[in-house]
Amino acid sequence: MMLKEKFHLLRYLSDGIKSDGVLLDKYRDISYEVNTIKTAEGSCDLKLGNTHVIAGVKFEMGTPYEDTPDEGGIMINVELLPLSSPDYFPGPPTDKAIELSRVIDRGIRESGAVDLKSLCIVEGEQVLTVVVDVCAINDDGNLLDAGALASLIALKNAKIPKIENGKIDYTQLTKDTVKLKELPITITCYKIGEYVFVDPTTYEEKYYDSRLTITTIDDSSIVALQKGGEKAITISDVDKMTDLALTKSKEIRKMIKK
Amino acid sequence: MVYKKRLDGRKFDELRDIEAKVGVIKNADGSAFFKIGNTHAYASVYGPKKLYTRSMQDPKSGIITCKYNMMPFSGAGGRVRPGGNRRSKEISMVTENVFKDLIDLSEYPNAVVEVYIELPQTDAGSRCCGICAASLALADAGIPMKSLVGAIAVGLVDEKVVVDLTYEEEHYPEFAKDKITSEHVADIPLAFIPGSDKIFLLQMDGVISKKSLIEALEVGKKAADKIFDIQVKALKEKYNVEE
Amino acid sequence: MIKFSEGSVVVPGEAVAEGKEYRIGQGFYRVGEKVFASRLGILRIKEEDNFIYLVPLTGVYNPREGDTVIGKIEDFHSLGWRIDLFCPYSAMLMVREVPGYVPAGELDKVFDIGDLVCVKITKVTNNKMIDVSMNGPGLFKLNEGRIIKISSQKIPRVIGKQGSMVNMLKDKTGCKVIVGKNGLIWTKGEPKTEIIVNEAIKMIEDLSHTSGLTDRVAEMLDKKMEEYNKNKG
Repeated sequence: MMLKEKFHLLRYLSDGIKSDGVLLDKYRDISYEVNTIKTAEGSCDLKLGNTHVIAGVKFEMGTPYEDTPDEGGIMINVELLPLSSPDYFPGPPTDKAIELSRVIDRGIRESGAVDLKSLCIVEGEQVLTVVVDVCAINDDGNLLDAGALASLIALKNAKIPKIENGKIDYTQLTKDTVKLKELPITITCYKIGEYVFVDPTTYEEKYYDSRLTITTIDDSSIVALQKGGEKAITISDVDKMTDLALTKSKEIRKMIKK
Repeated sequence: MVYKKRLDGRKFDELRDIEAKVGVIKNADGSAFFKIGNTHAYASVYGPKKLYTRSMQDPKSGIITCKYNMMPFSGAGGRVRPGGNRRSKEISMVTENVFKDLIDLSEYPNAVVEVYIELPQTDAGSRCCGICAASLALADAGIPMKSLVGAIAVGLVDEKVVVDLTYEEEHYPEFAKDKITSEHVADIPLAFIPGSDKIFLLQMDGVISKKSLIEALEVGKKAADKIFDIQVKALKEKYNVEE
Repeated sequence: MIKFSEGSVVVPGEAVAEGKEYRIGQGFYRVGEKVFASRLGILRIKEEDNFIYLVPLTGVYNPREGDTVIGKIEDFHSLGWRIDLFCPYSAMLMVREVPGYVPAGELDKVFDIGDLVCVKITKVTNNKMIDVSMNGPGLFKLNEGRIIKISSQKIPRVIGKQGSMVNMLKDKTGCKVIVGKNGLIWTKGEPKTEIIVNEAIKMIEDLSHTSGLTDRVAEMLDKKMEEYNKNKG
């Protein structure tokens, strides 16, 4: 908490740091564990500084859309659990939760990361839908990047369950994984005053002017964008933010490939 | 044949492996993680804090609200749709009742203590696991309370009283390896405070005789004492870290 | 018979003592001859009076008369300001409790919503109506700097014996530091030194129950300040 908060946040930013002392272009420490959740077909328990999320993958049986009879589906859902912050309350999803879900979803969907054809069981009749739920356990900022990363790692480690007589047997997982053709990494760049940075804590999130979420894949193509915040950004901002996002996404992709 | 050997090899009065940790959610005033076998629960406590809904305010004392929720991927079968259901509402209510008589909020008139219980994965006994976690989180938040509470399910599987049933035991006729004498399975979630026979939670699914019920309650009481010891250790561990 | 030694951590529901000879203070209750803890805290024993009481380790601030606290202006009307004390209750600061001239109808010119003030609690009623005052030394509006919030139960350790801890924080970092009994701590220096103060306070909060804390905090401060000065020069 700062006094005349935005003014004093600028004091920190001009000194090259965020309110937690981390440099503007640096992320807090990231650590994660995979498949800790026995009831999910894949999961990732991820910590980014004091931000903690769990992403879990469940498969559901469904019917395909008429225009894509041989393709399964994918859905990402973010739950801002009231347990994770004094600012979240029980009830239907808030605008924030819906935006988080949709932006993470877009990055994974548009990159073509998941081979939806591989989720087809009977063409035109039965397909698998893979649902990733991201639950916030402790929100200390940047749920978007943390949630996107946890979703991707959970998907990467998910095993497809056995299917018998058109039904999913959740007690038996096959060795088949969800094939990921790409590793889309989502980086959100924030701007306050003239300063551009990544990985805000809840303080910076409260006072930012604008933000741009940039999802990129291995060959540096951009696969999803979302501008947020009340103030406009310029073309040169986009230029600068994209460079930052590309550098950061390379570091993170390297980390999860290991 | 009466239930002779448990499906997972435990003794009849043996609990699954338990792990308890306090202070796991930094944003909360108190928090805990409690795990019994493959059932895991997080709990966080916010408050005592301002209660904005006037009609709920009590000028003589603070109030407590509890919310129990299963994460969408926490069920043994398909995805659990978020947003709660009749089951989670009922469990929230019985959980609230467990704590109403145990905590003392007379120093905090008109205020509220909010308890949130979230289960990342479940394998039977989820409400009890949630209550154990919530109890630790309340203590960690410094809420005045008569005691921590140990919650555990006991039950009857093929005419034998057992403690801490798994999913397979709750559905014993489906999973039985031997021929069974009785189709009936009783599942009784309980909550006790240590060294007393005061019951704060009592529900049952299934069929049981009065004799077996009383036997089950006695077994449950002993199991709750064991849980209390683990809870005490978890709380002391947080404050006894000497490097 | 007391089952634990002085300074032990006790938890709610734990049988701490047995026998009618003990007088019990806050944090304990009696069932028959047995004495149980009703809160997470540290056991204190006064052998000479057979008296035991408990010092809570955690918990939300409960306002008390005479406490100096840091609050945030929530709202104002013609007679004064309502102040959030970061606990379940708000306080009233009446115009007459503020030194200097307050123009009628323009209270927000003096303290606007969101401003932080250091005030003294003058009155707490049973139903938690709280009055505060700014008449007195060391009570003023906090204009710049950073606020750190910790559990109010840890504040005595942040202050230390005769203010030893807080004085050390000030001396070693060059920051100004003001401690509110409600768990809010104000600090003002360079951004990087403010962060060092913040880290030190979090360390005190986490290790408040341990011994030798002052030395450990001193060591940490020296190390961080050395780094800071090196990078600066």
